[in-house]
Amino acid sequence: MPELPGPLSFDDPEALARLKKRHAAERRFKFYGRLAISFALLFLGLLVVSIGSQAVAAFSHNKVVFHLPLEADLVAPNGPGDPAAVAENISGFYQLVREDLLATFPEAGETAARTRELNGLVTRLAVIPMARETSEHLDRLGETYRYRAPLSDDLDLYLKGKVAPEIDLRLDEITRVVRVRVGEGVEAVERLRLESASDFSVLREAMQRADTAMAEAGPDAGYSILLQHGANLVRLVPGETGETGETLFFEPLTGIPANLAGARPTARLILLPESARNVTDRQVAWTLALAEQGRIRSGLNWSLLTNADSTYPEIAGVLAAIVGSLFTMLVTSMIAIPIGVFAALYLEEYAPKNRVTDFIEVNINNLAAVPSIVFGLLGAAVFLNLLALPRSAPLVGGLVLGLLTLPTVIIASRAALRAVPPSIRSAALGLGASKTQTVFHHVLPLAAPGIMTGAIIGMARALGETAPLLLIGMVAFVAEVPSGPTDEATALPVLIYKWSTGAERAWEPNTAAAILVLLTFMVVMNAIAVFLRRRFERRW
Amino acid sequence: MADTTTSTVALEETKAIDTKVDCRNINVFYGAKQAIFDVSMAIPSRSVTAFIGPSGCGKSTFLRCINRMNDTIESARVEGEVIIDGEDVNSAAVDPVLLRSRVGMVFQKPNPFPKTIYDNIAYGPRIHGLARSRDDLDEIVQNSLMRAGLWEEVKERLAEPGTGLSGGQQQRLCIARAIAVSPEVILMDEPCSALDPIATAKIEELIDELRERFCIVIVTHSMQQAARVSQRTAFFHLGKLVEVGDTEHIFTNPTDNRTQDYITGRFG
Ligand SMILES: Nc1ncnc2c1ncn2[C@@H]1O[C@H](COP(=O)(O)OP(=O)(O)OP(=O)(O)O)[C@@H](O)[C@H]1O
Ligand SMILES: [Mg+2]
Repeated sequence: MPELPGPLSFDDPEALARLKKRHAAERRFKFYGRLAISFALLFLGLLVVSIGSQAVAAFSHNKVVFHLPLEADLVAPNGPGDPAAVAENISGFYQLVREDLLATFPEAGETAARTRELNGLVTRLAVIPMARETSEHLDRLGETYRYRAPLSDDLDLYLKGKVAPEIDLRLDEITRVVRVRVGEGVEAVERLRLESASDFSVLREAMQRADTAMAEAGPDAGYSILLQHGANLVRLVPGETGETGETLFFEPLTGIPANLAGARPTARLILLPESARNVTDRQVAWTLALAEQGRIRSGLNWSLLTNADSTYPEIAGVLAAIVGSLFTMLVTSMIAIPIGVFAALYLEEYAPKNRVTDFIEVNINNLAAVPSIVFGLLGAAVFLNLLALPRSAPLVGGLVLGLLTLPTVIIASRAALRAVPPSIRSAALGLGASKTQTVFHHVLPLAAPGIMTGAIIGMARALGETAPLLLIGMVAFVAEVPSGPTDEATALPVLIYKWSTGAERAWEPNTAAAILVLLTFMVVMNAIAVFLRRRFERRW
Repeated sequence: MADTTTSTVALEETKAIDTKVDCRNINVFYGAKQAIFDVSMAIPSRSVTAFIGPSGCGKSTFLRCINRMNDTIESARVEGEVIIDGEDVNSAAVDPVLLRSRVGMVFQKPNPFPKTIYDNIAYGPRIHGLARSRDDLDEIVQNSLMRAGLWEEVKERLAEPGTGLSGGQQQRLCIARAIAVSPEVILMDEPCSALDPIATAKIEELIDELRERFCIVIVTHSMQQAARVSQRTAFFHLGKLVEVGDTEHIFTNPTDNRTQDYITGRFG
């Protein structure tokens, strides 16, 4: 018989070397683990920060303050007896806004194109809340209505500094403003020649720097220069200089140019040519003038949460999508949870273990792995074409997502049921409880927290599903909050998808904000799941 | 063959005693594997019968035939008759649910429901409709706990979870739960194997008291326990009943060599 090795001594060098290696391996493993977790946290943080910083722009919005006289014959053409007509009289209310704007900036009346440019400050649909509210208080006809209309999305972005880089300069005192005619014959135009104590040395320097920068940027680059003093703004006319090449010519934009004399105006270099942005210099000037008059207020953009979708980003909101998602989830939960739980109960507690149940088991696992778009196709084929259920409705979306969630719920429920110790079942059966009594009195209550957790996580996944909803038409433009599961509706993730493909820049922050709303819902749902698990966790 | 003689011995004795449970030619199979081979035995009422034998010999399996708990094991198949009060429990006329209200069971590991002490006891009477009113139920709970010798320890905390009791208390709670439905037979599968000597002594005392009203069958690995609490002992080996008789007789003067070897600790 071979000798057994003797006991190790504490200072055996070989043993110590082995021990050292083992400790090193342990430290290495811990380090890798921490590295992995840091990576995960880093990306999560990056995601939240990038979405959050984009969304910030959407959470506040600049509004234009109006004091509008509610002229009865304009806003209530059918008289005060017809509130519905008032609520729908968008043109009437918008005319009030247009008239007010034109009264503020009479120079825009010169041409029809210029008037349209001015009307671009506030979109037509922005008056809907005013029309609605007025229709509910028709006794206020004739009074003055204080209304905050959201500023057009592009101008809002301009005020938030998101349209183009800008250089603001304080100029030296303007000594004189002279009206001159430049050019000859029919081509002659009226211009302003401004004289400065230092001959605009600061401005000229900045222009030189901008010119070199623009030359590198390419032929389409360019910039505008606006001079502002109070609500008076003029614009530098590029390319036009006097005979000596020294004089800078300006054209009036708004206000009284003569007021610039004796002032030290601000010069704004907007480093993007007018043709490359959605806001004109004039619109910028009007906006700045309104701001100077205290008529621009920045406020929390509640309408993002309380409005339905719109084609105009400044008045578009996620409410309809939230309600659509809720209806969808309602249908989903009504399908997935009862069917899933009962299927799991049957498979786990009643079904004999044979080939058929093995086959079912394998296929439930397969089903859980089927791409969601396939469920969308199935839903379109079965629910829309075969059963002729309404398109774009949460009912159908909920059914599809319910089928999608079903395998998850079944798998989670089975795991929860399996976790109930068999001794509990024996105890109940041994007392003479029937199989069904055992299951419903003892097993199901003990498995319930696990089942709920699984169901909620499944629902959270369904909440974020986009592809199947696209296929059953829930991508339709829905401007009304749905009032039931058979109404046309869209869902949050679909809205995010749609907004993210919007052409205008302002959809970007809106999309990020909608993503935050969706993430909030998910976090809340997962928190509920964690809470349930903690609260009802039992030891036996 | 030795088996046939044992069976005849058992059958002869059947006439002599007041039989509560009469098992005839029981065979149990797990799938294709046979676990119990043609066992016949009469179990007397108002006494304690102990099943002893080496591990894996089929004591639990045989015990479960008496209240048809083998039905809950999918692969198990039982042949033969178990007659209680003149009726074969395996016949179609007997519902296992009713049977188990008459044949209670206590398991190796205490398995109280994760509910209050009160609800643990009240569950059986509730599902069998034994209590007409809340007062009835209170009385049943109190009586059961008293008979299980647990009342004094828990009467102040009936609303606390049964899982919060000590192991020995939990096992007595399970016994109280079993007797709450007024069974005639109580099956105990190694009820003390998870308990310390003091808790074990309490349970043994309890079993001795319960004997006056119930027919008790207890599986045990402890020879001393079998000798202390039982009046009759059955020795199983490899799925066969080797010998059954008065405990005193089995322990002092066993007929079979295997029994002799087992109780003297030569194998097992
Ligand atoms: N559920 C089962 N499925 C298959 N075989 C089983 C099952 N339960 C028991 N057996 C087998 O039946 C035989 C008898 O088992 P049983 O549990 O009745 O023995 P036991 O005498 O109670 O043993 P122990 O004293 O260890 O509890 C054993 O060989 C065992 O492997
Ligand atoms: Mg056993």
